[in-house]
Formats: sequence, structure tokens, C-alpha cells
Amino acid sequence: MRITFRIQRFNPEVDRHPHMEDYHLPVWRGMTVLDGLLAIKNTLDGTLALRYSCRSAICGSCAMFINGRERLACRTAVRKMLERSTLIEVMPLTNMRVVKDLVVDMSPFWGKVRAITPWLTKSESTPYRDVSTRAQQVLPRSSDVFQNVDACIMCGACVAACTTHAVSPEFLGPAALAKAARFIADPREPESSKTWRLRELNRPHGLWDCTRCQYCVEVCPKDVKPMEAIIRLRRAAIDRGLTSDGGARHITGFAELIYRDGRLNEAIMPLKVVGFHPARLLHILPLGLKMWLKGKIPSPFGHRLPEITRIRRIFKARQTSQETPS
Amino acid sequence: MTLKYAFYPGCAAKGATPELYQSTMAILAHLGLEVVELEAASCCGAGVLTEKDPEVALTLNARTFAQAERLGLDVMTICGTCQGVMAQANKRLQDDPELRQRVNRLLQEEGLTYEGRVQVKHLLWIVVKEVGLKRLAERSQFPLADIRIAPFYGCYILRPSWLLGFDDPEHPTSLEKVIRAVGAEPVMYSGRTKCCGFPVILEREAVALAMNGNNLKEAKEEGADCLVTPCPLCHMSLDIYQERAGHAVRANFNLPILHLPQLIGLAMGIPAQQLGTARHLIPVESLLTKHRRTQQPGSQSAQSE
Repeated sequence: MRITFRIQRFNPEVDRHPHMEDYHLPVWRGMTVLDGLLAIKNTLDGTLALRYSCRSAICGSCAMFINGRERLACRTAVRKMLERSTLIEVMPLTNMRVVKDLVVDMSPFWGKVRAITPWLTKSESTPYRDVSTRAQQVLPRSSDVFQNVDACIMCGACVAACTTHAVSPEFLGPAALAKAARFIADPREPESSKTWRLRELNRPHGLWDCTRCQYCVEVCPKDVKPMEAIIRLRRAAIDRGLTSDGGARHITGFAELIYRDGRLNEAIMPLKVVGFHPARLLHILPLGLKMWLKGKIPSPFGHRLPEITRIRRIFKARQTSQETPS
Repeated sequence: MTLKYAFYPGCAAKGATPELYQSTMAILAHLGLEVVELEAASCCGAGVLTEKDPEVALTLNARTFAQAERLGLDVMTICGTCQGVMAQANKRLQDDPELRQRVNRLLQEEGLTYEGRVQVKHLLWIVVKEVGLKRLAERSQFPLADIRIAPFYGCYILRPSWLLGFDDPEHPTSLEKVIRAVGAEPVMYSGRTKCCGFPVILEREAVALAMNGNNLKEAKEEGADCLVTPCPLCHMSLDIYQERAGHAVRANFNLPILHLPQLIGLAMGIPAQQLGTARHLIPVESLLTKHRRTQQPGSQSAQSE
């Protein structure tokens, strides 16, 4: 059986625009997309550029856009792709500059990983010399502590799939933020350092820019679930009183409204996010008026659940259980 | 045969998108669906509450499931976000007996307990799988012929696919099937599975509008007459913020946005008034006129049924 690989080709030194090229080759048992690409490079067209190394889903080099989503070429079985498609379509990762064909420029990606200070830091309260002279306790169940964010192989699939990144390239992005969550979870790092980290991430293009679209969770080949790591960062930030950003106010305000009414009240929610800020209030006012004219603004008071005390009891029980650690 | 569900409308359908609730109620009988509304159920948390406290969010959802379980019914949602959040919560509660026990201790006070026997299903899935496309097509006596409709799925009804498991997250088909069954033509564009930007629209408006605008632009370029969405939060982003999204990407869209039950209702000949389309910020008149015009030659066949 012969199959078609449709590959996006682009050499910026020669081509004005990327174009698709078809290659036909025999399929064999256990063939991966990377096998196919290498066979094309070795037998049909030596000019095809791609990045790869370990062939075992460990190095994170061969993430590409294969048949509709980001995948590692080395771990994607051709047979599996043919269950839903008659051909294999391969393009470079989106949201990144193409260097040539399937090779993208990863330097912005690495820049963002570096920006989150990806190493354990000392602090005033635990001077470095004290830390270095004592043996560090080996974590017995590190995977539980890190919730699998340490499994990241930095392939860039999540960044390519990120919908915020697509429109806001400065966004730190899922991979770097998941990496940051790893240090927030690390019991060896002092609290003061963690607070410092979260303050840094609290800036624009940081941890509040994620829309929770779940694309990163869907495409991650190592089940890191970056979005859930971002949610843990947000929780840690709010716990430390970092609530100045509209994103944080959205969460605390939402929780307050559910406590008050049991349901969301759309008349009040925007005010909670915007806060008492005249310019921002003026900005949302025209839409609010239009919605009101269309009967889309519920009463700010009359939305409460009949059994609200039961809802409040759930919130309160949780508070008490947190105050008295078991 | 009547299909019966515990109906969870969600906050938006009871708040800023009342037309979603109204149009859902208008089509249920036509589809042979019977519902018991869970009037005491709380907000699902919308993925926001869990950012404050995941266990409170899980308990509130367990409470909703327990109410449905007591009725012996599965839950029907009409909001993509509710669907995603509740399906995730349900999976965790079903897979973790210890968590269920912890949660049930809190629910016991009001005589509730959740055993994990409830399934959560979006109206879209119920229409495709349980009502059936054949029945939907039969009931669509006023088909939306010659109308090109761009499906907009939104995030939570698709991803993570291993928790939702209805549609292929890259190549979903259920909305397209419904669009065909009501006689219209689905428009293919990559934005249909992307994010509408709603979760950050208040705090990061520029980010949200760029996402929103790009999706609408793509749908318009592919010749869409309107969009249809199974999520009221997407509806708010696409409808209420459409003009601003247009400014953001330098385009003028004027694309009516339909809730899923509004689309079905129109095909069944339910008057637009009863479907609440007058509450939209982007007028749907152009669409209704086009629909009426296509009905004229075929109106006899519609009456003969």
C-alpha cells in the first residue's frame, strides 16, 4: 500500500509563501509519521528540513502540526492517522516563525522558559550557604507534588495550540507557566521566593491571560495539563493576596456571588471585575445599556436560589476544614 | 417514545441570555423531550469557582447530580461551559469513591447523596444521538434551505476530549449534522473549534476581541449567513461583543448568532418571537427574511404534513 504525505514546504530564502507538496511512499508495519518524513528525506527529497532526535517521545524535538493538531511525529502512528484520513498532512507548529519547512524558531519559547527563573531560588530567610551545606531531602512521591508538570519535554505543542498566544505573542504561554507551577509546588523553595515568583507572574501577559480554552491540555503529548497548572498558580496567587488584576477579581467576585445567590448574577459580575475604576466603568457602560434595552440584564437582587443556606453551608464547611488542617 | 431528563439550564440561560431558556422550552415537546427542571441546583462554577476552591465547585456539582439521581434521570445541559465543567466534575466523582464520600458527608445534611450513576448530556448530543437526526429532519417542516451556517462549538463541549468523548476535538461533526438535518448548509472554517475569548473579555478585552474577531472574520470569508453555537457564553462574546470585535480586526460582520435551540425552532416553524431572537444585539431580521423567502415555494409541502 502506498500513501500520500502532504507536507508544507517553505524556504524563506527562495519562496514568497509556503506551499504544499505531495510525496507518495509505501507504508510499512509500525510506521510513524517521523519514519515517513525521514524516508522522504532519504529517498525522495533531501532538501526537506525537519527537527528530530530521540525518536522515542523524550527529546521533544519533533512536534509538528499533523492531521489537524499538534503531535510528536515520532509517536504518531501512520496507521492511526489513516483511520480518519486518506493522507498524512504535515505542517510546522503555528504561533512560531518558520525557519525552513517543518523547522520553527524556538528561541522565543526558550526565552519565556528562562523568564520564569527555572531553577530553585534562595531567599533572605534561607541564605544560600545554609541550603548548600545541608543535604536536601529527596521527595518520596515527587509526581504527586508536581502533578506531572515535571513530565514536560518542552516540545512547544501547547504554545502552538494556545489560543491566547495566537493573538498575543507576548503571553508567557502554557509551557513556561506550567514550569513555574513546578517551582511553586516544590517544597524545597522558601515561601518568600514563591511569593516573589507569583508577583512576577502577576504582570500583564502572565498568569491571568489564559482563557482556559483547554487546547494545551488536549494536545500535550505528556499529559502535563498546562492549563490546570495555570489554575493552580492563580489559586496560589489569590491565596497570597495578589488580587489586584481583573483576572483575580473575576475569580474572587465570582465566588462571592455564588456564595451570595447560589448562581451567577450578570448584572454585578462585570462590576466586580472592573472594580471602582471610572474609565473602565465608562468603557463597559455602553454595552451594559444595550443589553439592558434588550432585557439581558437580570435584576441585581432577584436571582437568589431558594435554598441558599445549603449552598453557603458548603462554602463554610470547606473554610473550616481548611482552617483546621488534618 | 418520550425522553426524560433532569434539566439544568445554567446561570446564563436564567440571566443574560434568557432567549436560550425560552427557545429551549419552545422546542422540547417538538423533539419528544420531557424535562424536570432542577430549580434548586446551583451554578456549576463555570471553571472559575474551581480557581478559588476546587472542592467547593465539586461539591456544588455533586449536589446537582444527587438531585438528578434522586429523580432517576440523567442531566440535560444547554450550555457548553456547564457541560464541560459538569462532565469533568462527574468523572472525578465517579472515579474517586473517597472524594464522593467526603462530598456526601456535606450533602447528607440536606438528605442528599450522590452514588455516581448520573450522566450529563448536552442538548446537542441528545438531539444527535437520542432524538436522532432522522426525527429532527422530519420535524423540520420549514427547512433553512440555501442558508449557510457556520458552527461555533466553543471550548468546553469539545476539550478535553477524553472527558467529554462525544465529538472528535479536531474534526467535530455534531453541529454540522444538525445544520444539515434542518436543511441548511454548514460552513467549514478552522475557527469553529477555537476560543470565543469570553472568559477573559472583561479583564483582557483586546485579547478576547482579537480571538473573537478572527473567528468571525473567517466565518464571514467562507460565506456564512449566520453562526450557531451550543454555548451561551460564546453567544455573548459573538453577539454582544461583535461590533467591538469588528473594530478590533477592522471588519464589519453583521452576522446573526443563533443559539442551538433557536436554529431548531426556526426549522420547526416556531415564530421567531417565541425563540427570543429580538433579544440579540445583532439583528436576525436578514436571516428571518431569507428563511421566509425560501419557504414560499415549498410552503404547500410543509402544510401537507
